[in-house]
Amino acid sequence: MPRLNRRHFLGGSAAAGVTWALPVSSTAQAAQPELSPALPLGVRTSAVLDALPGKKPLIKLSYRPPNYETPIEYFREAITPNDAFFVRYHLAVIPRIEAEAWKLSIGGEGANGQAELTLQDLKAMPAVEVVAVNQCSGNRRGLFQPHVTGVEWGYGAMGCARWKGARLKDVLDRVGLKKETIEIVFDGADGPIVDKTPDFIKSIPVWKALEETTLIAYEMNGQALPHLHGYPARLVVPGWTGTYWMKHLVSIKATTKPEASFWMSAAYRIPLGKFPLVTRFTSQDTAANTPITEMVVNSLITSHNEGAELKAGSALGGIAWDGGYGIRSVEVSSDGGKTWVAATLGADLGRYAFRTWSLPLADKGRQTVMARASNVIGGTQTAELISNPAGYHHNVMHSLSLTVI
Amino acid sequence: MRTMSIVFFAALLTIPAAADEQPVELKKAPGLDKVEANCGACHSLDYIQMNSPFPTAAVWDAAVTKMIKAFGAPIDDADAAVIKDYLKQNYGN
Repeated sequence: MPRLNRRHFLGGSAAAGVTWALPVSSTAQAAQPELSPALPLGVRTSAVLDALPGKKPLIKLSYRPPNYETPIEYFREAITPNDAFFVRYHLAVIPRIEAEAWKLSIGGEGANGQAELTLQDLKAMPAVEVVAVNQCSGNRRGLFQPHVTGVEWGYGAMGCARWKGARLKDVLDRVGLKKETIEIVFDGADGPIVDKTPDFIKSIPVWKALEETTLIAYEMNGQALPHLHGYPARLVVPGWTGTYWMKHLVSIKATTKPEASFWMSAAYRIPLGKFPLVTRFTSQDTAANTPITEMVVNSLITSHNEGAELKAGSALGGIAWDGGYGIRSVEVSSDGGKTWVAATLGADLGRYAFRTWSLPLADKGRQTVMARASNVIGGTQTAELISNPAGYHHNVMHSLSLTVI
Repeated sequence: MRTMSIVFFAALLTIPAAADEQPVELKKAPGLDKVEANCGACHSLDYIQMNSPFPTAAVWDAAVTKMIKAFGAPIDDADAAVIKDYLKQNYGN
């Protein structure tokens, strides 16, 4: 069978006189995903299941730049398959990079020297693997009430993969850091359509850059990093939200001053003191806000959809995660939070990974089930949304209405 | 249209999909041409649908101003006024 793309398919069908007409809008031509009724009507009518090259159909929120979320059923396992992993870009020019042509430059005024690495050089360095969750800062923004403007994500702007690459600290050792250096700044090969649009540039504090598990990854779940996940190499910052996980990484600069680009100074900020977070990025603090850092404790029920029927004794299940301290427990309530029963935790793939959990439901009847994760440092989920202007860190306990028969 | 959708979706599963952006049809109303020519130059128009019906007039004003001031969208004042009006009338609260 000849290799066809969608344009050929549509054109060919029309030319062959297929009886149904060419679709006139994106909503008419693809299957509708199952979405929370709490999302804005606008996203519920415009989102479709759509397959990017090399990907399974995901929930398309925007075509350009591509923002696609993972349907909940893929979160029944701790590892999210590469072809079902969510896709998020800020800027629409996304070059396809040839491995042979790729070079990573390392330097900056906070470094003692300069270096350039090829992919071969990077792979020749000691390789490290870490299983880690990559979650968009704005995951679940679409569920905020009152509404927060932005990409209206449901539950699926996240995934967990086994990442393999070189330690960022080993790469930084190639140039050496001055003792005054406070941040490491990253740029990827993707860029804006209009020159005046700020390029997507991010920084992390030196202490986070030097952690053993902060990687420049070239493999994802045992395969070369897929194009839409940052080929040929991307940053992996376990515990911290996806905004720092720079894709198509081409430049690393050490700096003795806080990085002042738009994406650091104006975006990805949370109000000071509102969230119970441990790790801070203090060189970027202002009087009012601070950069988002580690993920808050969270969990999701993934075994069933809203309104499902299940037999008594069959298991409710899902996943839990946090900012890298490790999940201690997941509890389930069927009475609106009055009483809780501990679920059984699944395999421990490391403190940065999704932790699966399950709990058989015994009591028959219609009920609303609610899950609550806690981590080893005493953090847990919130019953009421912690409002913030950009719609980050949504970790309100997930609930579903079910009937146990 | 449900049946058609399923047929199309089934086809997508077996045919490698290209990264073809499907056209996003916004409400036909005065100003749509300016929205398509300006907003659509940098991003697909589903960004506009996504937040509706929540943005108030002030929120749409701020969004267009952000695109111009923060993201450098080359939109002149006359077009910006038309675009803001279209967004408020068709996708506003």
